[in-house]
Amino acid sequence: MMAQTRRKERLDRGIRVRTDGLYALMSWRELSYLTLPRVVLIFGVLALPFVMPSMYWQRVISIVCIYSFLAISFDLLAHFVGLVSLGGAFFVGVGSYLAAILNTSLGLPVALTIPISTVLGATICTALLLPCLPLRGVYFAIVTLMYPLALARVIEALNILGGTDGIMGVASFPSRWVEQYFMIGALLLFLFAIRRLVNLDLGLVLRAVKDNDQAVRASGMNVTFYKAIAVFIASAMGCLAGASLVHIYMWAGISQFALDFSILPIAATVIGGAGTLTGPLLGCFILVPISELLRAFGTLRIVFYSLILVGFIVFRSEGIMVYAQRKYHQFERWVKV
Amino acid sequence: MTREPILEVKELTKAFGGIMALHRVSFNVYEGEIVGIIGPNGSGKTTLINCITGFIKLSSGKVLFRGKDITGKAAHKIADMGITRTFQIMRPYYTLPAYKNLVIPLFSPRARRTGGWRGGGKLGDRNTVGIDILEEIGFERDSFVPYKLASTLPTGYLKRLELARCLALRPEIIFCDEVFSGLSMSEIASMVPLIERLQMDGITLVMIEHRLRELFRVANRVMVLNFGEKLMEGSAEEIMASEEVKEAYFGSEEVEEVMSHA
Amino acid sequence: MEIFIYGFINSISLALIALGFALVYGISRIPNFAHGALYVVCGFITWSFVRSLELNYPLSIILAMISTGIIGGLIYLFILIRVRGMAISEIIASYAIGLAILEGLRWRGFKGMTYTLPTFKEGSLMLAGTPVDYHRLIVVGVGVCIVAFLWIFTHHTKVGLGLRAMAQDERAALMLGIDSDRMAVVAMGFGSMLAGLAAVLLLPLGNIVVEAGYNVLLLAIAVCIVGGLGSWVGAVMAAFLIGFAQILTVVYIGPHFQMVVALLAIILTLILRPSGLFGRQKELEERV
Repeated sequence: MMAQTRRKERLDRGIRVRTDGLYALMSWRELSYLTLPRVVLIFGVLALPFVMPSMYWQRVISIVCIYSFLAISFDLLAHFVGLVSLGGAFFVGVGSYLAAILNTSLGLPVALTIPISTVLGATICTALLLPCLPLRGVYFAIVTLMYPLALARVIEALNILGGTDGIMGVASFPSRWVEQYFMIGALLLFLFAIRRLVNLDLGLVLRAVKDNDQAVRASGMNVTFYKAIAVFIASAMGCLAGASLVHIYMWAGISQFALDFSILPIAATVIGGAGTLTGPLLGCFILVPISELLRAFGTLRIVFYSLILVGFIVFRSEGIMVYAQRKYHQFERWVKV
Repeated sequence: MTREPILEVKELTKAFGGIMALHRVSFNVYEGEIVGIIGPNGSGKTTLINCITGFIKLSSGKVLFRGKDITGKAAHKIADMGITRTFQIMRPYYTLPAYKNLVIPLFSPRARRTGGWRGGGKLGDRNTVGIDILEEIGFERDSFVPYKLASTLPTGYLKRLELARCLALRPEIIFCDEVFSGLSMSEIASMVPLIERLQMDGITLVMIEHRLRELFRVANRVMVLNFGEKLMEGSAEEIMASEEVKEAYFGSEEVEEVMSHA
Repeated sequence: MEIFIYGFINSISLALIALGFALVYGISRIPNFAHGALYVVCGFITWSFVRSLELNYPLSIILAMISTGIIGGLIYLFILIRVRGMAISEIIASYAIGLAILEGLRWRGFKGMTYTLPTFKEGSLMLAGTPVDYHRLIVVGVGVCIVAFLWIFTHHTKVGLGLRAMAQDERAALMLGIDSDRMAVVAMGFGSMLAGLAAVLLLPLGNIVVEAGYNVLLLAIAVCIVGGLGSWVGAVMAAFLIGFAQILTVVYIGPHFQMVVALLAIILTLILRPSGLFGRQKELEERV
């Protein structure tokens, strides 16, 4: 009977109420309350290559960054625009093939291939997805799931772009440290840029498209155009990830269209907390190392993360980040009713 | 009257599969007037609005806006010309506060073009403009209401928010899809002057309504739809006097009783 | 003539593959992305009954189909029921289950050329100058029977009518006392059994490989999308369309393009006519 007479009450921490806007400058305590999480994130990520200097773990960090790009792009599309894209592999594949071609056929250096293939790849992806943008929900999810598969089969069947062997002999990054810090820097840049974007007026329009696209249309705005902008940004991140991946592995192949790149970022997003943008990054930092450790067991890692995905979707869809944010900003106590 | 109509609808027909939702409906709307559209449930009122504002494709017929053919144009282009609408089922942008809901229409090309910096152009702060519009439409500026999440607002405010969303576009015509329905008597009482003020500001209104008493008070002309066809058109008194309308609209002997209330 | 016969056989196979998917979606609006996995699972269950436990063949087929049906029902009961109505979660959850099953099988070592099922009847016969083996004829026969059976089942039995009622309007069905969850379990179980049936019919023609799971899923989605999600009459028609298109591409362009046809069919259908070739016009539903 005790349980029924008590109720859990959630209150905002007093400090949170006061740290709105300029008031945060009132005291160090309030200043640090606001900035500490960000500082910990930024410096934590920047310090990683020093903390784990071994070759193997540095490679893992790069892979984590690549998946984080995809996870953030999934989160942006799914939770801020309402387009659930299962086609992360499509972005990666386009980006990686472009970078490989630019590097091996035209002989461009890494410093050029990555930006070019990011922009060009995003343009290509957006153009290809443009006809599907009016689709909603399940239909968009299915069509984006099909794109990477179709592209991979076409490459296989036509035996173009190296066919099943892929494109070999792509240049690598100048050094491991350049690779590390390029990836981490770009990741932080995109993370904070997108967090800023979703709170700009443009970002509000994107979020409105998710809430009620009919009303946006009635406001005289072309919904497809704004969706295309969002897809462009998301696919730019995916293509950047793909281009970097090619230079890390020095090889582009059909496996870059593999479903790994579509599913793992989704799992990371669900675990990390959907709609928080930082959550997906956190999810990747948890999932990818585990999955790399399980690589010795072959396909067991796919079993592992798909089961985690099911578990989180079904039983605890909140995600770590949302939970952590709540704990940070609010405290709970039991009160008698 | 010899003035040019602002909106002409000619022989508009819409069929869903085999069902005739609208059959050769024609009417004109003149600048600055309030036109009411009434009709029993399922008579095609909302479909009419959807067809005119481009949300669904019409089967045949023509819609002219200031003499320009807008038939079959995309919904956002029609809205961009100044023909806005509210929705019967209010779905605000739930995840945003009320005033942020107005940032979206203020961001649209039309608002940026017509509003200058006040309308949220390059220099304008869309948040403050949004709050101004909300105040105009009856949100108390100094209360918390404009800052509350749209998902927590009661129906009366949601209806106003819908209207505010239209106003942010500086519209020429507003199609109101049942703005009075679901409101309490006192809320309606405060809504009616609002509608009248919009008219005085030079906005043309087309109102679909089930609340006849309030509609007849504000409307200059009323059109009656029944089974997708235009039954008649005229002033409120003419409509109320018409036996034909009573028959179609109320369908039974309770007519006198209801009509005496209206 | 050869094209016609093999096109017909291919179409019936596609219809068999897709019917389970179409049925589950049509009744409970769950896009069952674990369909391919269930197909492969049934193949392996049959294989282990026949080869490891050495049961006789027809019995193990029936047992395998029943157990696949139960697995499907359990997936719904324990997992999908909790995300019911959230279309995206349904897709992700069911796809992840399928992925886990398939990759789990691969990890346990079910790969390579060693896993085969015997054909029902050896030998072949000449049909208008084309050799057709008996097994394929049986596939066609069973396929036609299943389609006919489904037609009768959904139009003339109480359960079937209940299922169709739910497909049309779930809320109204609920008000009439049809238990939507129980119907969904039945649908999942039945759909999984159909996947199993397709597996035991089609797998003897080749090896049981995990990759088949993905291909089957893709083909099932292709057929259902082209036919219009939710309409299984459309699915049967679409199976013929894609079936013949595939055979024609194999003959005139090259065998590599068989899958490309299906994938392009999905993409093109969704772009041009999302409600599918035979689906109802969606305009009414998309109305504001």
